[in-house]
Amino acid sequence: MSDLLVPLLLGGAAIFAAARRVDVFDALCTGASEGLSLLRKICPNLIALLTAVSMLRASGALDLLARALAPALGWLGLPPELLPLMLIRPFSGSGALGVGAELIAAYGPDSYLGRTAAVMLGSTETTFYTVAVYFGAVGVKRSRYAIPAALCADMTGFLVSAWSVKLLFRG
Amino acid sequence: MAMTVFWCVMAAASVICGLVTGQMAQVSAAVAEGAQSGVTLCLSMAGMLCLWNGVLEVLRRSGLVDGLRALLLPVLRRLYVDFQTDRAVLNAVSANVAANLLGLGNAATPFGIQAAQGMARRYGGTAGAGLCLLVVCNTASIQLLPTTVAALRSGAGCATPLDILPAVWLTSAASLTAGILAARLLERVWP
Repeated sequence: MSDLLVPLLLGGAAIFAAARRVDVFDALCTGASEGLSLLRKICPNLIALLTAVSMLRASGALDLLARALAPALGWLGLPPELLPLMLIRPFSGSGALGVGAELIAAYGPDSYLGRTAAVMLGSTETTFYTVAVYFGAVGVKRSRYAIPAALCADMTGFLVSAWSVKLLFRG
Repeated sequence: MAMTVFWCVMAAASVICGLVTGQMAQVSAAVAEGAQSGVTLCLSMAGMLCLWNGVLEVLRRSGLVDGLRALLLPVLRRLYVDFQTDRAVLNAVSANVAANLLGLGNAATPFGIQAAQGMARRYGGTAGAGLCLLVVCNTASIQLLPTTVAALRSGAGCATPLDILPAVWLTSAASLTAGILAARLLERVWP
């Protein structure tokens, strides 16, 4: 199934777009070039964050933190190793990408922890940034319950990531 | 600013912990390894990231956002009860959701802000229920194809980077539902 997915998506998108008279090749290259500028933007973030997280791991601080929080997080079914990712996720998109990348590299992309980190990254957003952009754009100062409700969604996302990977991959 | 705090705490904690545990040599080696792996990672995910971005642009130009928008309109009319008759706001909200579903963040934000402006006008500059719901829905990720994460996983040597899709969909749906429910509940008690 996953062998078919990517080629089918590519082929399907190309034929669908061509049938609607889109210049497929030009669109593909324009998008890819935007991808390059995105990479150019996230690369410095990745360097800074991977350095910090690697240091944290090598110093033993990450292990210490995970061990200290294991009982509380374990009770919820959340892997304590992923705590840095959960802490940074609502604040910074590229920060979360950097921390997530380090975790995926450290534990392997097909391990339980690597998969859960990827699902967390793929199913949550940069809450505080989004709230600031929207309320800032309309000049509303008091955001009322928007942040608590959004954080409730984030927390649910973290919990369900851990549970669904365990369920779907029997890891 | 948040990132400055985060980074400084991480750096300070590593140095202190390294000194206490006597693992300063490993910490020192980790600096060089970490910095280099940032660049290596960027390069190893570059191909897939750019390709996915290209595919998304192809989908955007083929008018998929507009098609999805029409499909979403009836659902969103029920969700945004304050704006059931406001065609302009509802159109902007559905374009926002459609672009978010396709992972077109850059296209989604202008639609979202257009919707927020329409709502703020009606609410007289306060955070009314519809506006809060719009923001909460935008802080939840509903992207059907998490392309950046997929590129990240293939960069890390994963042969099937999209095998997490069912888990991502399940999680996104749960998280969005929790956000909407929390917003509905808090709306009644929050002044």
